[in-house]
Formats: sequence, C-alpha cells, structure tokens
Amino acid sequence: MKSVKVLGPGCKRCETVSRMVSEAAARLGVEVSVEKVSDYAEIAGFGVVSTPGLVVDGKVVHAGGLPKPEDVARWISG
Amino acid sequence: MARAIGKEDLPMTARSLRPMGFDPVLLWLLAAPAWVLLYTSLVPLADLAFGLTPLARDTRLGEAVWFFAYDTPKVLLLLTGVVFAMGIIRSFFSPERTRALLAGRREGIGNAMAASLGIVTPFCSCSAIPLFIGFVSAGVPLGVTFSFLIAAPLVNEVALGLLFATLGWRIALTYLTFGLAIAISAGWVIGKLRLEGWLEPWVLTIQAGGAGIPAASVTWPDRIRAGTEAVREIVGRVWYWIIAGIAVGALIHGYAPEELLASIMGKEAWWSVPAAVLIGVPMYSNAAGIIPVVEALLGKGAALGTVLAFMMSVTALSLPEMVILRKVLSMKLIVAFVTVVTIGILAVGFLFNLLIA
Repeated sequence: MKSVKVLGPGCKRCETVSRMVSEAAARLGVEVSVEKVSDYAEIAGFGVVSTPGLVVDGKVVHAGGLPKPEDVARWISG
Repeated sequence: MARAIGKEDLPMTARSLRPMGFDPVLLWLLAAPAWVLLYTSLVPLADLAFGLTPLARDTRLGEAVWFFAYDTPKVLLLLTGVVFAMGIIRSFFSPERTRALLAGRREGIGNAMAASLGIVTPFCSCSAIPLFIGFVSAGVPLGVTFSFLIAAPLVNEVALGLLFATLGWRIALTYLTFGLAIAISAGWVIGKLRLEGWLEPWVLTIQAGGAGIPAASVTWPDRIRAGTEAVREIVGRVWYWIIAGIAVGALIHGYAPEELLASIMGKEAWWSVPAAVLIGVPMYSNAAGIIPVVEALLGKGAALGTVLAFMMSVTALSLPEMVILRKVLSMKLIVAFVTVVTIGILAVGFLFNLLIA
C-alpha cells in the first residue's frame, strides 16, 4: 500500500493531481491511500515551495505544476 | 527525429503511457512557420475581414472595428509566441532552486537577485503563501522575499514580451528597468523597517523541511512541451481579458478625442500620475489585457510616465493577492507593502514625465 500526499491549498491543479494519482493507481492496479494536505505549515515542512506538491511514502517526488502522467505512474508503481 | 533510448529514468513502458503521442520537436517545426506566415499577413487579413462589413474606414466606428480586427489576431499571436518562449526559459528555473539561491543572502545584493529571479521563476498566485512561508522559513530575509513578490507580478514576463512586440524595445527596456528598481528599493525599504514582528505569529514558528525534490533530468523535448503547456494554460486563461482589452483599446482608438486625452493624461497635467495610480490600484486586470489599452492611450497622446504608472499599479497591486497574503501578513504589514510600492510607482511616473521631453 502506497501512501500518497497531495500538498496544496485546494486550488484546481491540486484537485487534478489527486485525480491523476487515483486514476493511475486504478489503471495499474496499485493500492494507494491519497491524502490531501492543505495546512501551510505542513506543506512548508516538506520543503515544498510551489504547489501542488506530491509526496509518496514520505518522500517528496514533485513540486509545482502538473506532473507528467507517466511520472505519476512510475512514482506509485516504483 | 532520433530519440534518446534507454534512459534509466524514463523506461520504454512509461513512454508508451504518454497520452498524446505527438513529438514536441515535430510540433514545433510545424507551428513556427505557420506562426510567421500568419503574423506577416495581419494587415491583408484584417482588410479582408473588414471588407465583409458594410463599414468605411474613414468613420469612427469603421476605424474602431478595423483596429479590433487587426489587433486581436496580432496580440493573440504575439502572446502565444511570448508565452511559449517564456515557458521554455522558465523550465530552467524553479521556486525551490530560487529559494536555495536566495537563502541567507544579504540585503542589497539579495534584493537585486530576488527581483530578477521574480521575473523568470514560475509560480502561480495560489502558490503565493507556500512560497512566502518557504522563503522566510528557509532564512530568506523578509525584504528580499518582498522584492521577489513585488517583481513577480510587476515585471510580468508576458507583459514585458507584449510591450516589446507592440511598442518596441525602448519602452520594454524602460519598463523592465524601472519595474526592477521599484521591486529592489521597495523590498530594501521593507527590510530596513524591520517589520518581521508584523508577520502573523505562526509564520515564524515554521521550520522549513530539508532536501526537497531531487532534480529531475529535463530534456529539450520536455522544455518544448513545457512551452506548449504554458501556452495552453496561460492563453486559455487570459484570452478573454485580452479581447476585452482590445475592445477598450479600439474604442479609445476610434472615439477618444485626441486633445481631451492629451490634456487629461498629457505631461502638462501633473496630477495625472497620482490619478492614474488611484484608478489603477483597485483595478484588477491581467497584465496581458492592459497592453492594448496602453497602446491605444499612447497613440492618443497620453504621457509615457502616466501610462506606465497606470499599468504598474494595475499589475503590481491586486486585491485578490492581498486577500491571499493576509493569511501570513498582518494588516499593518499589508498597508506598509502597498504604501511603499505605490510611492515607488508614483516616483517612476513623475520621473518619466520629467525626463522624457
């Protein structure tokens, strides 16, 4: 089970990123728990300056803008 | 085109997952000549479209409509080109890297670096808070952070590119120089005032996390894709602002009497600069939408300093951004911020009208 955190104050792109993760997980048959983190203090705690950010199993893999779909697939399956 | 095959970070299975199979390099090769062809045939195209209407060029309405038919495709084409180029330039920068460059930087040189990086670092206004906190908690001085926050919307890269394309390099360079000067000096003043105590208290307790993201390897096709993505995102978001701006510009172009505008916004009227700022601050428009208006105002004899002050006050200070920043800044700090920036814009407007004969 992968634990995925989407960092962002709830803007449109953060929604898109969390949907991308869920879709990729469904397609690849990977079990994930997606959690949205909108607390600014917690976001800053990850060292992320630009949102949306993506954290997989406690490691920051992406920050700022929409990630590429193939990268999302790689992160959650890797 | 030969593709780099066998890169460990991008296995072939991942490549096949790419949604649209277009080769970005190929797309660019096709789009660039089409862009040039369209851009060089703007006047005949506008004449052609205008010929379909029963209007005559020498009427006020006719002149306004022709201006609209000519300016709309022109500005949209320029915008697309500028945004694409900036998307590529921006793929070399990230807020995380900018922060690392600025952390612990002394004031002065730090302000100058922050203002310059503010132009090229990609960030959207919904990221303003994480960015602000991320900067301050990583040891970027408050004044330096403000230089960045002022420069980012003020010396907007889209506005700068459009200014260059519609009004020439002199005005674009002037705008760049004075915009940077405002961002640097306003940030420096805020830093000297030692206003750290005016931050919302919780902001100072945050400890920035460490390493951040690993640097991804970015290839040229990736950068071109970033440019294409920027076009889709930004042009998709601002095109109606621009059309509205061109419509206003067309009305000014066709109807506004020259003598009246020159007497209101000309150099002789000293009060025109504060008046322009007063109108501009509460106005919120996208920088791209304001350019056609600026172009039309200048054509009708408005003074450059007055118009620049107007444009700067529209782009640099926006109510939505203040509302967002209120979460981390006390009301006192926001007032200080607005005051310092407004004084800077006024100074630029006056100086300009004074210097340019």
